Amino acid sequence: MITVRFFAMLKGLAKAEVKEYNVSGPIRLEELKGMLKKDLPALAGVLDSRSILVSINQEFAAKDAVIKDGDEVGLLPPFSGG
Amino acid sequence: MRAKTAEGLVKIQEKPFSIEEAVTKVKAASKGIGAVVTFLGTARDFSKGSVITGLDFEHYPGMAEKKLKDIRERALKNFDIIEMAIVHRTGRIEIGEDIVLIAAASAHRNDAFMACEWAITELKRTTPIWKRETTKSGEVWVSETP
Repeated sequence: MITVRFFAMLKGLAKAEVKEYNVSGPIRLEELKGMLKKDLPALAGVLDSRSILVSINQEFAAKDAVIKDGDEVGLLPPFSGG
Repeated sequence: MRAKTAEGLVKIQEKPFSIEEAVTKVKAASKGIGAVVTFLGTARDFSKGSVITGLDFEHYPGMAEKKLKDIRERALKNFDIIEMAIVHRTGRIEIGEDIVLIAAASAHRNDAFMACEWAITELKRTTPIWKRETTKSGEVWVSETP
């Protein structure tokens, strides 16, 4: 199972803070985004935006990252702390 | 001696923080400290032409703390400073209240000024914290750091 966490404006679009997805093996980040777009069409327009960063297990992930069963993925809109 | 861990020096909390407490903590690191520079970010009542009546901050628990600790460690490594404290508030923040504090301590002032400036810029760039502004027309997530 992969846990996906949504923050700030993405939480509003997804209408959820956390979603869990069952996977049969490791998947690429692109594949996960495909699953998310299907499950949450409201996110389709923003998921590929370069301003949305992705974390895997709380570390920034590259575009070609691979996600394994048990991983926690964070979808991070542009930061505005400070 | 500088603290080996960020214990008590890096915090994300809902309740207001004490500037004096943070300054006292960094000063306790060494008698060789001759300068403490602080940056205090506060909630202002306007943004991009709109009147702001309040702010809400959300963070990614765990990751945000990790990023702040990382900023402190890199500041200690890359600048000639002796200690640094970083405190960021989360949840509801009213206009005029404090949001973030960075305190950098060094032997001489220039190093503390540089480290403090770098740390707040790095915080805005790398720390998963988000601000929602309350305006008269509703609530808006701020998507870009000015």
